[in-house]
Amino acid sequence: MTTDFQLPAIDYQAISPLLILFGVACLGVLVEAFVPRPARRRVQLGMALVGVLAALGAVVLLAGTNVVTAGGSVTVDGPALFMQGALLAFGVVALLLIGERRVEPGGAFVAQPAITVGSEADQRQASAPGATEVFPLAMFSLGGMALFIAASDLLTMFIALELLSLPLYLMCALARRHRLISQEAAVKYFLLGAYASGFFLFGVVLAYGYAGSVDLAAIHAAVDTSQMNPALLYAALALIVMGLLFKTAAAPFHVWAPDVYQGAPTPITAFMAACTKVAAFGALLRVTYVAFERLAWDWLPVIGVIAVLTMLVGAVLAVTQTDLKRLLAYSSIANAGFVLVGVLAVGRTGASSAMFYLVAYGFAVLGAFAVISLVRDREGETTHLSRWAGLGRRSPLVAGVFTVVMLALAGIPLTGGFTAKFAVFSAALEVGEGWLVIAGVVSSVIIAFPYLRVVVMMWLSEPSESTATMVAPGLLTGTALGIGALAVVGLGVVPGPVLDLAHDAALFLR
Amino acid sequence: MEGYLGSYATLGLLLLAGVLFLAAAFGANRLLRPARPANPPGKTEAYECGLDPVGGDWAQAQIRYYVYAYLFVIFAVEAVFLFPWAVIYADPGFGIAAVVEMGIFVGVLALGILYAWRRRVLRWT
Repeated sequence: MTTDFQLPAIDYQAISPLLILFGVACLGVLVEAFVPRPARRRVQLGMALVGVLAALGAVVLLAGTNVVTAGGSVTVDGPALFMQGALLAFGVVALLLIGERRVEPGGAFVAQPAITVGSEADQRQASAPGATEVFPLAMFSLGGMALFIAASDLLTMFIALELLSLPLYLMCALARRHRLISQEAAVKYFLLGAYASGFFLFGVVLAYGYAGSVDLAAIHAAVDTSQMNPALLYAALALIVMGLLFKTAAAPFHVWAPDVYQGAPTPITAFMAACTKVAAFGALLRVTYVAFERLAWDWLPVIGVIAVLTMLVGAVLAVTQTDLKRLLAYSSIANAGFVLVGVLAVGRTGASSAMFYLVAYGFAVLGAFAVISLVRDREGETTHLSRWAGLGRRSPLVAGVFTVVMLALAGIPLTGGFTAKFAVFSAALEVGEGWLVIAGVVSSVIIAFPYLRVVVMMWLSEPSESTATMVAPGLLTGTALGIGALAVVGLGVVPGPVLDLAHDAALFLR
Repeated sequence: MEGYLGSYATLGLLLLAGVLFLAAAFGANRLLRPARPANPPGKTEAYECGLDPVGGDWAQAQIRYYVYAYLFVIFAVEAVFLFPWAVIYADPGFGIAAVVEMGIFVGVLALGILYAWRRRVLRWT
């Protein structure tokens, strides 16, 4: 074999955010191995925060870049950079929540999640300081998400999918309190996630069979020219989209979400809700807009039905919930439906509205979970709705932040939620998808009820014996709360800059 | 045995034979077995070669075997890529870049071994 081998050209600057994230994650493993235990948490947290901020800086410096690099496997274009930026901003807030140790002595995580629940060793680790492996895991996951958004061939996308999922499965099992449902969450998420990955991989294989390539642009070209049976292409599209919709928690692929959101440690739930959503929709946008755009007339009605179903299922089931984490899980399902409405308004406006929605939703949900991590009794967090009655009288400041966040999720004007909903609905109207807007408005009205019920319970009920106490937020959670509340209000009052940024960024490079 | 689907005829026959075998076995079982609709004590217990069953029927795998899986994955992944690399890295066009890239790859995997070593996973207890 003497074929001349050509090294693929790599634009190191364009992939510098990814390199920083993976580099810090690898360093994190070394820190686990060599830094003495008492110093580890501070080193890990500091390093992770610096790494994510540096990657964010690199993304900002790259603004306006449009290249395909690393042998055609990574695309750095407007949408990739915008969503990587959003992802990393959420990552900073989530890391602040993960690093918090003031609220729960020893942190929210245990060291050995696989120990049998209730055994002697398990009771011993309940009071021991938690492990810090969660930081490198979160960094690997973040790196995988950043790559997932920018992947321009299906194989790279699959590797990124596994890279972001595997650490998430592990982190779900780490909760210090309520160990059993935490393990259950991890196992459920892992099994269903493995199924979804399998679907995705089958789709990749069929797409390869049809187009002779896994490259998104090559698939786009093959849609017109390939001599193969088009059934292959439709099956590929369906399987790939199913794999991605699972990650976004769209109905009917949503059943894992409530159990996993409830069982996972709250900082990890926040991380999942904000960051995984961005990553999954980033990949979904890229696959549908870059590879399968010519089939838009075929997939629009199908994904449209899924979007309507997702919004309605999420909204209706959220009304029946009595547990706040489950309520937010169903709300995240409904919100996935709203983002899908933006995705379905195929075009620049649709993509930019979906991206803006993801930003507004992410900050709101991070703020909501930050508050949930503060409301506790002796057994840990109290997420039952009835325990929140009268909290507003006891700790007006944090309850006020939670109110703002809930109003934003409900889509009340002057919050980010309203601007975001307005953006996706008007984008859908522009392309004549009125039926999606009708379903969207109806489900927004339905889902406003559970949010407002929480607000009313907090402020209008008298505090009683069963009212939980609000732990004073430490510096880290306090900062996270502040960022979340500021962003939610800011995106509602002056959404212009971010809307413009999203609009400028919303052109996919093929 | 002609045409596009002809080559699948054997598979079809095999499937058919499988279904028939299963149906025959279960049918024979149903015909031969005595019918005792009542629920005498011990009927639903696990059957253990005539002995009384000992212990529960749930067993837990030892979690510490993850160490074997962990180390196996590290070395297996390394070997899977090292062998094809070793065959071609001296060919024209590869040169120093190929060596450096493999060095980075092995280095990243070595992180895993370092971690295992420092966590005293390599010591048998």
